[in-house]
Amino acid sequence: MSVIRVEIEGAASRAEAIRREADEPHSELVRFGPDKPLRLDAGVDLSPFQIAYKTYGKLNTERSNAILVCHALTGDQYLIGEHPATGKPGWWETMVGPGKPIDTERFFIICPNVLGGCMGTTGPASKTASGEPYGLSLPVVTVGDMVRSQAMLLDHLGIDSVLCVTGGSMGGMQALQWAASYPERVFAALPLACAARHSAQNIAFHEVGRQAVMADPDWRNGRYLIEGTSPRRGLAVARMAAHITYLSDAALHRKFGRELQDRQAPTFGFDADFQVESYLRHQGSIFVERFDANSYLYITRAMDYFDLAADYQGVLANAFRGAKTRFCVVSFTSDWLFPTSDARQIVHALNAAGASVSFAEIVTDKGHDAFLLEEPELFEIVRGFLEAAARARGLKAKG
Amino acid sequence: MLAPEAGRLPPTQFTPRIDLVVVADMVTPGARVLDVGCGDGELLRLLAETRGVDGRGIEISREGVNYCVAKGLAVIQGDADVDLADYPNDAFDYVILSQTLQATRRPRWVLEQMLRIGRYAIVSFPNFGHWRIRLQLLTRGRMPMTENLSESWYETPNIHFCTIRDFVELVRELNAKMERAAALNSRGRPVRFHAPWWFWNMFGEQAVFLLSRR
Repeated sequence: MSVIRVEIEGAASRAEAIRREADEPHSELVRFGPDKPLRLDAGVDLSPFQIAYKTYGKLNTERSNAILVCHALTGDQYLIGEHPATGKPGWWETMVGPGKPIDTERFFIICPNVLGGCMGTTGPASKTASGEPYGLSLPVVTVGDMVRSQAMLLDHLGIDSVLCVTGGSMGGMQALQWAASYPERVFAALPLACAARHSAQNIAFHEVGRQAVMADPDWRNGRYLIEGTSPRRGLAVARMAAHITYLSDAALHRKFGRELQDRQAPTFGFDADFQVESYLRHQGSIFVERFDANSYLYITRAMDYFDLAADYQGVLANAFRGAKTRFCVVSFTSDWLFPTSDARQIVHALNAAGASVSFAEIVTDKGHDAFLLEEPELFEIVRGFLEAAARARGLKAKG
Repeated sequence: MLAPEAGRLPPTQFTPRIDLVVVADMVTPGARVLDVGCGDGELLRLLAETRGVDGRGIEISREGVNYCVAKGLAVIQGDADVDLADYPNDAFDYVILSQTLQATRRPRWVLEQMLRIGRYAIVSFPNFGHWRIRLQLLTRGRMPMTENLSESWYETPNIHFCTIRDFVELVRELNAKMERAAALNSRGRPVRFHAPWWFWNMFGEQAVFLLSRR
């Protein structure tokens, strides 16, 4: 009895700690006052607002070695090291660190929490002037808005242009948006496992997730933080459904097959008989501990609205016309969320725009999540691309 | 007939294949170059190192592409038979097809695209009219195999062999201008410059052509 009680209290205090992150994050924070509003694509100004971010490594005296890492849907600014709120390792430990492809001994790495997020950048869980959280009163934000806010962060840091903008999935969308919106500020762009527009299938998956959240009676029309509830079941179901799309059939089969969970035979009930069920339930339950349900609605919406060509007369190549940015686009064979055909569309547009572009497709059965995982070929490509970009920009060789 | 500013290469850190040197000799320094079927990027590296070109590549094999990108070259995975259509007119100074023409499905279309995309096109290919090949076919009555063309007919990716004469005829049909040409013998040395076509076609094991639009 007392063990359960401690666990519940532990979970409650963890949830409380994470809610605090939305306003007072452990990371660096910049606040933009009424003099610096953010003009949103929705047609309104957001002001005041704040951006939480982490930096790793040292900015050189020429201010030429900055790399901006943009995170995906449920990521945050904590790339490496222990997460201050969850205690888990950073989300890109495989890629970022001393001697890693994105080398903290060579580059100055900036990773902001996205607009609409819940780790310190203004989002639906952030408190307004009245002291109540925004909830659904926050205007809907877009990938374009995220990038515009990040440009203000770079201004604040005194960085004119970055050596590279990179990220996977929605992070890759931001990298593309960056190159289109601020070509002179982006020396190189490295979008991974992404697309220049969200497909109907992907919008459909997101809609399932949002409906799951909104169907939870504890969602309370988005006012759960004020009313002291939490749409845990809805958000967990959303995460479970999404998680399937991040893996491949082959990866799921390799990991779980039809193995049963802690039992010898099916129970002829609806308990988690199969390991894969148990795994998904676990993924759902740990996710709701760390993520705000309304943030999930806002950020999935931002991805749905992403269609870079639409802002350029429907011609994607126009988004990159005249760009001097060096691009490297990477896709993964088993990624069915952002398949190679999406990456090729980006590459075709870049070619048509006469941009410098590399494109590699990596063979893996790990699905969309491959960009987060141990993929030696990906590491070699990222390392080679960044090294060539650093050379072209006149950075001294590491030594 | 000479392309502007073409000439001998400065020394390089590795010993490149002789046909690549002949190709590189035809490229002016600092040019924008697309290498179609760039393989492991040897020519692109040679061009970057000795000519300071702004080089890009297309390669069909995934291993080749990933190797090139990891080496810092701007290379995309793609199929020349399809993907050349995506490039705008005059995007490059030179479009190079090195030892790849015979492996394309639509050689004529590929050549047309090259001449559209680049101000110059450089094409190198093995000459199927070389006397050894003729002799093999004549005496053994079987598909010839040589040191450079070492795969049997059912395994080779080379599906559109041609002779130097065939190629010259195609250039004429395309109404392209022949700026320069070189034939290399079996030791990789240039065949006598002023020899007639039939002589090149007989003794050139490989040929390199620099073409432009009329």
